[in-house]
This record gives sequence, C-alpha cells and structure tokens, in this order.
Amino acid sequence: MPKKFDFSVNGKTVSVSLDNEETPLLNVLRNELGLMGTRFGCGLEQCGCCVVLVDGAPEKCCTKPIWSVAGKQITTVEGLGDAARPHPLQQAFIDEQAGQCGYCLAGILISAKALLDKNPKPSRAEIAQALDPNICRCGSHNRIMRAVEKAAAIMRAGASR
Amino acid sequence: MNAPLPGPLNDNPNLDRWVAFPSPGKVTVLTGRVELGQGVLTAMAQIAADELDIAIERVTVRSGDTDKAPNEGYTAGSQSIQFGGVAMRQACADVRALFLDQAAKILGCKADELSISDGRVHRNGTSTGQDYWTLSGAVDLTAKATGGGVRKRVADLKSIGTNSARSDLPGKIFGESAFIHDMTIDGMVHARVVRQPNRGATIGSIDENAIRRAAKGPIEFIRNGNFLAILAADETAVEAAGVAAVNHVTWRNIEAPTPTQQEANWLLQRPVVERVFGAPDAGNPHSKERYEATYTRGYLAHASISPSCGLAIYRDAKLTVWTHCQGVYPLRAALAKTLKLEPSSIVVHHVQGSGCYGHNGADDAAADAAIIAMQKPGQTIRVRWRREEEFIYEPKTPAMVVKVRALLDDAGKPVDWTQEIWSPTHNQRPGAGGNLLGAIALPDPPPEPPPNDVPEANGGGATRNAEPLYDIPAKRILHHLVTETPVRTSALRGLGAMPNVFALECCIDELAERAGQDPVQYRLSITADARARAVIEKVAAMAKWRAGAPSGTGTGRGIAFARYKNRAAYSAVVVELSVDEEIRLHHVWCATDAGLVINPDGVINQLEGGIIQSASWVLKEQVRFDNGVASFDWETYPVLKFSEVPEIEVELINTKDEVPLGVGEVTAGPTAAAIGNAVSHALGARIRDLPLTRARIMAALLKE
Repeated sequence: MPKKFDFSVNGKTVSVSLDNEETPLLNVLRNELGLMGTRFGCGLEQCGCCVVLVDGAPEKCCTKPIWSVAGKQITTVEGLGDAARPHPLQQAFIDEQAGQCGYCLAGILISAKALLDKNPKPSRAEIAQALDPNICRCGSHNRIMRAVEKAAAIMRAGASR
Repeated sequence: MNAPLPGPLNDNPNLDRWVAFPSPGKVTVLTGRVELGQGVLTAMAQIAADELDIAIERVTVRSGDTDKAPNEGYTAGSQSIQFGGVAMRQACADVRALFLDQAAKILGCKADELSISDGRVHRNGTSTGQDYWTLSGAVDLTAKATGGGVRKRVADLKSIGTNSARSDLPGKIFGESAFIHDMTIDGMVHARVVRQPNRGATIGSIDENAIRRAAKGPIEFIRNGNFLAILAADETAVEAAGVAAVNHVTWRNIEAPTPTQQEANWLLQRPVVERVFGAPDAGNPHSKERYEATYTRGYLAHASISPSCGLAIYRDAKLTVWTHCQGVYPLRAALAKTLKLEPSSIVVHHVQGSGCYGHNGADDAAADAAIIAMQKPGQTIRVRWRREEEFIYEPKTPAMVVKVRALLDDAGKPVDWTQEIWSPTHNQRPGAGGNLLGAIALPDPPPEPPPNDVPEANGGGATRNAEPLYDIPAKRILHHLVTETPVRTSALRGLGAMPNVFALECCIDELAERAGQDPVQYRLSITADARARAVIEKVAAMAKWRAGAPSGTGTGRGIAFARYKNRAAYSAVVVELSVDEEIRLHHVWCATDAGLVINPDGVINQLEGGIIQSASWVLKEQVRFDNGVASFDWETYPVLKFSEVPEIEVELINTKDEVPLGVGEVTAGPTAAAIGNAVSHALGARIRDLPLTRARIMAALLKE
C-alpha cells in the first residue's frame, strides 16, 4: 500500500506516493520528480554530489529516507536559478570557468549557498572548510573557491544597495 | 603535391564525417574525440570557427558516435588537440576551399578573389549573396579531403587563442540533465550486476529470498553463466538488492589480492617479459662514478566521482548502446565479439560522464547493459555501478618499481643513464585486447590477453618518459613487463610518466646535491633544448627561486621538469611546502609550453587539475589489498580536499608557430617529482616511495 509524503521542493509543494518509505530523497528528486541536477556519487554520504538544503541546512540526501523530510523545505541546484536568472553563485562559477567535468558542481553550489547564507564574507579557509565535505576529483578547487569569493562580493554589493 | 593528411583525416577522409550544414545559419562539426571534462568540444568549435570563417555561435559539435562521427580511436594520451584538432582544422580548411570553388564557378570569377565572413561569400569586400547554405546543395561533402585547403596563418586566427567559455558548463551549473546518469527513456529498467570476483570464479549459491527481502520491491534475476544481474523498474529496489547480493551470493575459486601484493616491491621476482630499448649496455666502467637509486609507487585508482553507467536496447536486430567511455568504435568492436553480432548492427553513442582520467569502469558498465539488453529484447536497460563496485572493479594503474643507474663524469654530470622498470601493463582497454568484465563471466569466456604494453610509437606505457630529455650521451630502458598481477591494470593519466619522471627528476636532484650544485642550474647545465630551458627558467623566475636555501628546516622547495612523452608539451613545476608529521602544500608554480594554444584558460584549467590530481596521488593515494581490494570508498581511498590544495600559478609560453599539444597529462610527473624534491629539501632526508605517508616521513627522519 503506497504511502503519501508531502514536502516542498524549491518553493513548490509536492506530494509523492511510494511503497518504500526508506526511498532516499535523492532517488525521489531524480526518478519521481525529474530533477536531475542533484547527482548520485556514492550512496554513502561521503562525496557531496547530492547535497541539498533541508530547511536551509546543507545535507547529503543519497541515504536520507523520504519519511524524514515530510513537511520540510528542500532546495536543490535547480532552485538557485536558471540561465535566464542565474544565482550570483552560478554566474560566478560560469565567469570563473569553475569546473572541469562538472559532476560535483551541483552539490558544491548548494554547500556554498549554505555557507554564504550564514557567512556573507567568508575567508578562503572558511570556504575550504565549508566545501571539504564535497569531493572534486578533476582539481578545480581553486577556481571554485575563487568563484565563491566572487559571488559573495556580488551578493554583499547587492545587499548594500 | 599536398602535405600528407593529418592521421585521423587520412583514416576518415570523407569530409561529411567532419562537417555538415544542417540548416540555414548552422554548422555541425563532428569529432571522434569526446568530452571528458577537458573542454575539447569548445576547442573544436573554436578551430571550426576560424577555419570556416564563421561565428562560433553557429557551430554545434557532435562527438563520439559510431553512426556519424569519424573513428579516431580513443580520447586519450593528451592527443585530442594535437591530432584530432589538427585533423579538424584541415577538414574545415578543405571544406571552405570546396565552397569557394563552387562560389567562383557560379559567380564566374576566380576563387582567390573571394573571401568568407561569418559564412557569407564576399568579393572585394562586398556580399555576393552566396553563403555556405545557398551553396551547400551543389557542394559534394562526401568528397575526400585533399589537404588542399589552406589553413589560416597564425596571424589570421580569431577564435583560436581566446578564452572561449566552455559550452557544456552552464548546463551542469544550472542542474540540467548533462550526464549519461541523467538519461531517462520510457520503460527504462534499472539493473545491477552481481560482479564475478575474478576470472574463473563460479557462482556457488544465490539466496534469492534474502535479496528479494532487502529489495523491498519487485526484482528479477537474469543469469548467463557466471554473469548475474538484478533488474527492477524501481532504482531504489535494485540498488538495495545489489548491495544485499554481495553477502547473499557465494562464489567458488576466489583469488583475493593480499596485503603483500599491494606493495610495488612484490613485482620483483615475478614472471616477466623482457623489453630493452636504447643504447647498448655500458658494462661497468671503473673509470666512472656510479650512482644508483630505486623509487616505487603503489597501485592507484581513477576514482571518478561518478560510478560508471551504461544504457542499451536491443530491438529489431539492432543494438544501441550509450556510454561515457573514451572510444566508441573500439567498444563497438569488443561488444560485437562478445555478443557475436556484426559491428554494423551495433550503434554506440557517447554521452558525458564524470572525469575518467583514463580507463575506468565505463566500457564495462556499457557491456553489462548490452549483455542484459540482449536477454531482454525491446527493453532499455540502465546499469549504474555502485560506488564500491567502481573502486573494486575499475582497472587500477599498476604499481611500479623504477631503478635509476647513472654513470657520472668528473663534474658529476650523467654520461650514461639506465632506467630499469618493473611494471605490469598500462593498457588493457578493450581495443588493446583487454576483456570486458561481463564477457569474462559469460559461458565460454575469451582467453586472457597476451602480455603487452602501449607501443613505443604511441609513447609507451610503463616506459613512458623513462628516458631523460637531458643531454646524456647514452640512455637505455630495461622494462620487466610483469605478466602476473593481483588486479586488472590499465591506463591512468600519463601512464608510466608519473613514476618515471618522479624517479628520474628526484635522481637529478640527488645528483645536483652530490655535485654541490643548485637544482635549477644543474638542470640547465645538461639541457640544450631551448623550449626545455625556457620553461625551467620561467618557472624559476615565477617562484623567485633562490639557490642555496638551507635544507632540513621543515620548509622546502623543489623543482622538476618533463617533456611529456619526450615529444609533446614541456612543463616545469616548483612546489613549496612544509613538513611536520604530514606534508602541507603551500604553493605551486608551473610554466608550460604546449605549442599553439587554442584556449588559454582551458589549458590552464587542465594544468591546474593535473597538478592537484598528481599532488593527491603523491600525498594520499594507494589502493590497499586485504583479502580483496580494501580501498572501496572515499574513506578507504581518500583524495585531496579543498582545505589541502595549494595556491597554483600557471603561465603559458605560447609558441604559436608550433603544433598545438595536449596538456591533460604533462604536469603529472613534474608535480610528483617537485613534491618529492621539496620534501627532501624540507626534511634533509630523501623519501623514494610513494605515497609520501606519515609513516614514511617518520622513518626517513629516524634514518637521518
């Protein structure tokens, strides 16, 4: 007998019916809701490809059972912005060409968003610490950290206007 | 008489394999090279824009498709631009020339009176009303390339040499479906393979009930010999079943690798095939001083951030496969053999995966999907490996032992150099005779491939960069090709170049120290090659290198240099670091000469990535064995983290009149050796075994 789970994704209320209430949030996002931006990397909560915001906090969702997010607000990379209205982080990542294969970027963008939400002017060391739960195998780390600094500056300038 | 066609164009001479004008205002170029996260598609678009005289926005690049794109073998060895890019330039130049000839015919003038501007044909600066699209009906692009099209002079290049933004990055940053993992096809069935632990292992028992209970949803078992797969409509169910199956399927004839086998020194005393290259043996002249040192490196994993994925459907006697592998044509040939199909009844499409850095599980995952698809005609099968599966079953880059023997003159400079290598093969790609994992599990498996390594003509495998570029009168390589290995070995970024350059560039530093000379000056004193000298001098200037900095202070600097394969890009690297119990990288400087640069920022991005990955190998990485592969996730195989990467400065020496050269692999060796040299400088003690673990640092300090 399928069970119904209600929660919010990128500001929209969604409802899914699933037989298995242990289904990871990642699989629900990708396979039920068609939101492919959050990537599968390990299924072990180790690599950070699947980081989303759960009620504003960055969390790996590859093993997070769907029952545990009922009633919560989820933000994925698709919720940050799009080509028409990019989030400053997304724009900065494009401007800095901060990526090689790009597989890790969605999770990194969300981790960076969570950092800037609580620390609008992070040091390089604070950015590194916030991104340590995310693995980048191609070696784009410095570009990524530069892009986060750039986005932070743009967001501070926007906030002070 | 035209110059010979570039290799890939000679192999695929029909111009319609390279260029098409599908609709007004649009150009499609086709390349056999695939996007592995290196920006190759963007570079190809820049090349086409210049040689066709067209705005880059009009160019679409299609790649890696056995239906349409040229067969260029593998996207590997830093050769995409050097060979594939040069072929693309010539193909586009030939196409442009054909169109100008056709326009001249229509306009009743000579072709050399005409020019092209953003696809439109001009005569004396005014539009003729003709363009690629008005003319395309009359131009036969099935014609063969002649090499007659004149490539643009360097001074006339507009798009080449600029930082054109990567066309594929925005989609990845906005979270669009960008990867093979994101493909969904109606009715798609998810599958996981219960992996045969090793060749010859046979299934003992399958506790289907336990696996079904773990799945918590309907699943189906498919078996063919020792190839066992689990299928389900629901990915959550099939993943849980795949995890459970590891403990609920038993195997006979397991050969699990042991901790002894994990160390490079295990390779000594194994069965080998002897290979010798270079100058005849110098014997043992008593007149010369002799210096000898041995360096080792353990097994490494590619450790791609995404586990491998493959999709396949068999319908109407035709097999269609989607893969993120590096060579769609060689995979098609291997699938044809495995599945006993004609290559012409198989189509293989490349879809991007995560960075692979060489031969990872991509080909095998595609084969898994194809094998299952043959048993379930009409259904699209999606196989996605589990993280542990990728770590355990991807081909490893082999451990290596490298012994350097140098004979020295009175000034302490080498006059005779022997690099003796113990290494298994660096190439078991399907196209090189290697077997697909799924094929080995089927009834009547293919035989083990005969021992071989990458031919010297292709840069060598274990022997890659084993010969110093320096001016040494006699050099030779002895390669003991180890034929017995505990795990499957194959290509990883740079193949043998990293351990060989680590060995020889560390040894050069040891010789400089012995001669009482500064490492930069010592290198320059044995190098006449102007491009080599230029990158060494450049990086020394960038790093404000000072001769005679005291050693053993806990902080150190090291330099190293290589020309990749001794015939591609030149790169020199300086590393600054500190050591207490562990190594902390502070700063890396890199100067590189990669000939004509297509996209400077793209090149710098690749060089930075190569530096960081090599640093990760050197400081952290070794695949451990303990009753099987014991490095099976990111905790048991840690890689460099954000808080551990150094600042990096890269400068390019843009030698515009030289052939454009790939850079993905050039920094692997110099970075490793520069770290080794900097650690020695910091400690006042030499560590010759990789990775540079805490235990090895402590042992080196105790020995001093």
